[in-house]
Amino acid sequence: MSTTGTPTPDLRLDPGALRHLADAQMNVELDTGDMILNLGPQHPATHGTLRLVVRLDGERVISADPVIGYMHRGYEKLSEFRTYPQITTLINRIDWLSSFANEVPFMDGAEQLMGVEAPRRATYIRTVLTELSRIATFLLFLGEMGLQVGALTPAFYGFRDREHILNLIEATTGGRFHPNFNRIGGLKDDLPWGWIAECRDAMKIVFDACDTFENLVLGNEIFAARTRGIGIVPGEVGAEYGMSGSNLRACGVDWDLRRDGRPYLAYPDIDFAVHTHPDGDSFSRYVVRLEETRESARMVLQLLDAMPSGPIMAKVPRIIKVPEGEVWVETENPLGQMGYYVVSKGATGPFRVKIRSASFSNVSILPWLLRGVYVPDVITILGSLYFILGDIDR
Amino acid sequence: MRPVQQELSDKLVVLGDAMLESTPVFDDIVVRVRPDAWRHAAEVAKDELECDYLSFISGIDWAPAPREGGEEGSSDTSAPVQPTEMTFGAAGSAGRFQVFAHVQSTRRHWGFTLKSDVDEADPRVESWVSVYPGADWHERECWEMYGFVFDGHPSLRHLYLPMAFEGHPLRKDFPLLARVVKPWPGLVDVEPMPGEPASEPTAADAAAEAGDAS
Amino acid sequence: MVSALSTIAPLALDVGWGTTLALKTIIVLMIIPAGAIILGYVFLLKMMSHMQSRLGPMDPGGFHGWFQLVGDGIKFLQKEDVMPAESDRRVFAMAPAVVVLSTFLIFAVIPMGPDLVVADLDVGVFYALAVSSLSVVGVLMAGWASANKFALLGALRAAAQLIAYELPLLLAVVGVVLQAGTMSLQGIVYAQRDGDIFGFSGLGEPFIFTQFIGFVLFLVAAQAELTQTPFDMPVAESELVSGYMVEYTGFRFLFFFIGEFGTAFAFAALAATLFLGGWSLPGVTGDWANILGPFVLFAKLMFVAFLMFWVRFTYPRLREDQLQALAWKVLIPLGLVNIVLTGAFKVGF
Repeated sequence: MSTTGTPTPDLRLDPGALRHLADAQMNVELDTGDMILNLGPQHPATHGTLRLVVRLDGERVISADPVIGYMHRGYEKLSEFRTYPQITTLINRIDWLSSFANEVPFMDGAEQLMGVEAPRRATYIRTVLTELSRIATFLLFLGEMGLQVGALTPAFYGFRDREHILNLIEATTGGRFHPNFNRIGGLKDDLPWGWIAECRDAMKIVFDACDTFENLVLGNEIFAARTRGIGIVPGEVGAEYGMSGSNLRACGVDWDLRRDGRPYLAYPDIDFAVHTHPDGDSFSRYVVRLEETRESARMVLQLLDAMPSGPIMAKVPRIIKVPEGEVWVETENPLGQMGYYVVSKGATGPFRVKIRSASFSNVSILPWLLRGVYVPDVITILGSLYFILGDIDR
Repeated sequence: MRPVQQELSDKLVVLGDAMLESTPVFDDIVVRVRPDAWRHAAEVAKDELECDYLSFISGIDWAPAPREGGEEGSSDTSAPVQPTEMTFGAAGSAGRFQVFAHVQSTRRHWGFTLKSDVDEADPRVESWVSVYPGADWHERECWEMYGFVFDGHPSLRHLYLPMAFEGHPLRKDFPLLARVVKPWPGLVDVEPMPGEPASEPTAADAAAEAGDAS
Repeated sequence: MVSALSTIAPLALDVGWGTTLALKTIIVLMIIPAGAIILGYVFLLKMMSHMQSRLGPMDPGGFHGWFQLVGDGIKFLQKEDVMPAESDRRVFAMAPAVVVLSTFLIFAVIPMGPDLVVADLDVGVFYALAVSSLSVVGVLMAGWASANKFALLGALRAAAQLIAYELPLLLAVVGVVLQAGTMSLQGIVYAQRDGDIFGFSGLGEPFIFTQFIGFVLFLVAAQAELTQTPFDMPVAESELVSGYMVEYTGFRFLFFFIGEFGTAFAFAALAATLFLGGWSLPGVTGDWANILGPFVLFAKLMFVAFLMFWVRFTYPRLREDQLQALAWKVLIPLGLVNIVLTGAFKVGF
């Protein structure tokens, strides 16, 4: 990759390229016009208000331009006018399918600035809830990826099994989707009585669900035909665009912030494997997320076995003023790598919060990725990259 | 600080005289580089420091925010009150604007933050698109939010905001329009249940009294 | 038909051919929507729901929501007639009629009893397949006249797919025709009823045993002709949102809906007639065959429809080029092999 001048487009020659070039030749001779198609912002395939303006030649994409911002709420500006507890209500809504996981890096940053450490029990519960939200997000993905390629049924199974996780999160935090449970120094409440036993039962359901998806979706030849070799991203290109999380691990890059980054939450205390796949296509993204769901369930069981007792909140003053300083915290969220750069000037609220959201970078690769792709494959790729609009638009 | 970060900190000398200041901040290293060496720093980070992963590029406006409700401040004690003097963060700054970015290495598992000053009168920054293609969208967002013009960017246009939007929202002198339209009511007491009398006079009662009195 | 009516004792009527024709037309016109509603309710609303671990409609009509589709039909009829401003009005209006027309015409040759057939053509099978391809024209008309890029994409995909899958359908049926020795559907049913399996004539000889490859081919090709998953690219819900039907509302959409499920009904009836023995039940002859025939055909048809809809709700959809590759490279050679084998066995045994 040259470091000077403009990047040269990668033509991605594959064995079928010659056939496709022949088609293009014919179109040039017949002088068929290009068609501009607007996928979205209201479209069942785009997971929300993403608009893809594609220029088509027949059924092939010549160029694609994602238009985002239909859901831009201005969180970075709003954060400058709110106190830290008020900001947790905002950042819950960035990635709304795994809301608890969004709060964790922000609280971690504030606690680092204050020099406060959350008690061990609070750390363990935070980890359990983060992994539960990871399982919840991935169960939805495993179901709706089938929906994107046309199988109507797995989506319902995904939602049905997700209900168990959402019930658990609601029992603890009071909210299914937006828990708003983290506080600087710990958590708002302790776990309810009997929660740990129910959580173990729910993990059994999660394992069964993963097996179902493996048989029903991964084992299906049509699904494999629709996703293998579609949307291949080489690892280096993915890293340059800032693609992260399961997407990057599916390209063969062995990098997981829970294991390789700054130690946070209770991850140093438990054993877990990091799953990668060498191919980098849509199929491998599905496989990696399936394996990570199972891994998360195993991690939850380990954490529940080792759950320490003790307080769930450290001693912090009632009105929290975070001392002056700045901190960068990044964590491995379900959608990818999420980070907060918090600049504080000693007030009750931050001076500047830069929210680095995973889907923003994941989606920025689309103009590069969608060249020369068929329209049905565009849908498959969008489904396999798995972004949340709130995460892109903040 | 993790050992790999310490290792990276030792290797930062390859930046040479592009680096003005370097500070460790918790587990991160903040490096301030000369404005005309912004792209050069990126190239060094990518080629020699093995930082192949671009996390983000954004900006900071160090000017203090204008206080709500004029000089005396608002009566709302729950909203944060920021200091009125302009102070700078880690690794300092030459002026009001800074552009900052974070890069990481997927293989060596280290990463650091780069900062650079941006001239307030002529906010031009070198574009990183030739080094990290993913910088495309980050720089578009930075331009529309702060007004930094990135030299070498293929097409600097709005990313989040509508095409005809004027102004740069994340600058401190751009007001939070929602609060201009309707001032923040401050701490509001719990509202009474329907049928119960209010335990304390509410803001509406106070306004009604003021209206009656006038 | 006349003699049938006169032999059913309570209806010992002496009617002329005009009345007969009118009666036949009315019966066919009633059967198609009724069949569409039954298929739609049982399979689309109830079977699909149960497979997806939910209940489906439960309230309309009281007992498990049986009234849902009838109510939907009434709702569609009273909706406003909306046409896109730039559409080609006459073509837009005619397209649903063309699609439904082909469905009605197929039913003209399907026998429901020894004497219960609208027209016992000697080239029944040929006529049925020819008429079923009329729907391609209707689909193209709908897609083009909608003045909508998504609709056009859907219609073009549909045209390519429907034409490609006519051939496997045909080849599957040729095997049956070879074995039965006649193209008349009534004749094919008689051949199955009167045949024997290795000398055992109790069950007759439904062609599903000897023509199993043909049966599978027919089902796959019928699935594609009905644009059902795994072949529903033209109406890919998560991409084109109904494809060529996207601009249709109200009673025009009702026509398409009836056309879709009515054609499913018709193809299932065809498959039951060609492969499962149609209206014939072993041991039932004479007048009882006329009375029980429709019910027997209905039961066999529901079995075939069950298979078709089961596949529909399980599999993802094939991409257009994969779909074409399947038709041209796999199904057609298979069909040809089937014909050769049938011919060889017919001559040899």
